[in-house]
Amino acid sequence: MTEAVITVDNLTMAYGDFLIQRDLSFTVNRGDIFVVMGGSGCGKSTLLMHLIGLQTPAKGSIFYGQQDFWRANAAQREQIMRRIGVLFQSGALLSSMTLAENIALPLMEFTSLTSRQIAKIVSYKLALVGLAGFEDYYPSEISGGMQKRAGLARAMALDPEILFFDEPSAGLDPISAKLLDDLIKGLRDSLGATVVMVTHELASIFAIGTNSIFLDPESKTAIAAGPPQKILAESNDARVIRFLTRDDPGAVQHPLEATS
Amino acid sequence: MKPTWSITPQGKSGLHLSFSGDWCMEHAGLMDVGAILAELGQPSGTGPVILDGQGLGRWDSAFMTFLLDLRQGCSAGKVSLDVSRMPPGVRSLLDLASAVPEREGARRSASRVVWLAEIGEGARRFWEDGLFLTRFLGEATLAGLALIAGKARFRRIDLWLQIQECGPSAVPIVTLISLLVGLILAFVGAVQLAMFGAQLYIADLVALGMTREMGALMTAIIMAGRSGAAFAAQIGTMNVNMEISALRVMGFAPMEFLVLPRMLALILVMPFLCLYSDLLGIIGGGLVSIAFFDIPVTQFIHRTAESVHLTDFFIGVFKCALFGVLIALAGCMRGLQCGRSASAVGDAATSAVVTSIVFIVVADSIVTLVCDRLGI
Repeated sequence: MTEAVITVDNLTMAYGDFLIQRDLSFTVNRGDIFVVMGGSGCGKSTLLMHLIGLQTPAKGSIFYGQQDFWRANAAQREQIMRRIGVLFQSGALLSSMTLAENIALPLMEFTSLTSRQIAKIVSYKLALVGLAGFEDYYPSEISGGMQKRAGLARAMALDPEILFFDEPSAGLDPISAKLLDDLIKGLRDSLGATVVMVTHELASIFAIGTNSIFLDPESKTAIAAGPPQKILAESNDARVIRFLTRDDPGAVQHPLEATS
Repeated sequence: MKPTWSITPQGKSGLHLSFSGDWCMEHAGLMDVGAILAELGQPSGTGPVILDGQGLGRWDSAFMTFLLDLRQGCSAGKVSLDVSRMPPGVRSLLDLASAVPEREGARRSASRVVWLAEIGEGARRFWEDGLFLTRFLGEATLAGLALIAGKARFRRIDLWLQIQECGPSAVPIVTLISLLVGLILAFVGAVQLAMFGAQLYIADLVALGMTREMGALMTAIIMAGRSGAAFAAQIGTMNVNMEISALRVMGFAPMEFLVLPRMLALILVMPFLCLYSDLLGIIGGGLVSIAFFDIPVTQFIHRTAESVHLTDFFIGVFKCALFGVLIALAGCMRGLQCGRSASAVGDAATSAVVTSIVFIVVADSIVTLVCDRLGI
């Protein structure tokens, strides 16, 4: 039974007069790992900013469940925002706070837990992302990959239903990137969460993506949608195929073999 | 629904621990690991404890931390847990949470810092700061020599931008502050001088005070707050973004590329600002004398011209140029010392202003002493 978690209807994004993308319509279902892909500068991150309520659409609407995010009142919007967690590209941990304080921040603000209970949840979240024992470190004292995982722990602090990732594997070595992919998949499976991920990392896209949309910077709209494997197998669009095969259609065999 | 649990014996030596209700954060206060452990501690509980989540309602991280605590408590009592009857999500999260063991020595013990250690740490930092300052001064001197030799590498446009930023842009604030300082000097002096019927000498007081001391000092303090902090924040942010490293790699010495234009801009601009400040201060003092103490305009101008000599202006202007060097040094030094975080940039800006003002006041005292000894 598929249940729409996010529905984007005819969304047009623009900065002033400068059009980014137009006429985007897609649905993210519960349990999906939804990939937003496309070349650099096509508006992937801008789409994410619209989805998480940091930028206002020029036209069109974004529904969370049945609720239109941009027509909801402030209290309803606040409610929706509580249900989502975001991992920004570089982790975006608050640099003046330790990892524990970073993760505890939403817990202290939005729950009535005691500080002992919060400390336990913080340790558990850090353990989930493989950072057990790093509570008292400052973000500047740990590596980029660890910062990203700590950012993930903070994004999950309130057990959100929907997790957003902006380029989760950018700047990570292949093994760390793979581990992060596995972690995202594992969390999706066990928490029953929905994941929306902006990325152009082909390995990630094929490994964990269950549904996707392909944004094109030239025509400024989506030119392909569906499960990544299916797009690769069925798309006739040269731009999509070039992207998905790293401009090397000969390599088209490899991901296909993985599925069949 | 409130979270509840019950324990029933299972088989010969096993125990069956079943959960029901909602184990969520709002009920976190009701999840008591101690009570369960106490009951498990009965003599019969030697075999594995089977956890049963068939009747489990909603659950979240609070339940997970509860289970982790339970597992820890049980392993301390050498009791094993069987989680095969828990929901798959719970099982995989338990696996995930223990997948990466805690790294040896990663945890930090929050050790209390002894006051003696704090003093030692402070002294060490002071010493290191001094070393850095010495090295910085040396490098700045070399960069200055390179400039004279015409070999310094920086963009001329940067110099003009800095001059624009430090000079014309600072005029409004210098105008306001100098005018007010002149007013204040005149008022404070006039009240004292009026006791001797010597109001006429307000002109001397204001003119000498502004040209020799206050003009330079107030300009320097304004520039420390305005430009010194800006230098530290700019260079500090460049440091955070690794722009300084990029410059080094491309063969630009940060000292020449970043510090020289800023220092030159301040040295060139500060004397003019100082003269402007002198003028405004004297006008401010004149306004007070004329409006409140009935001194004719011509008299005031005459007294002013009589009391101030070119030397007084030179001392003020020289001091102001010196302060400019100190502000640029302090601002750029704190910027280059900056750590790699948002709060470090803030600290750098704060400490640039504090350092500049300390430098300024100390330098001012020394110059004043020297002038006094030399009788100028």
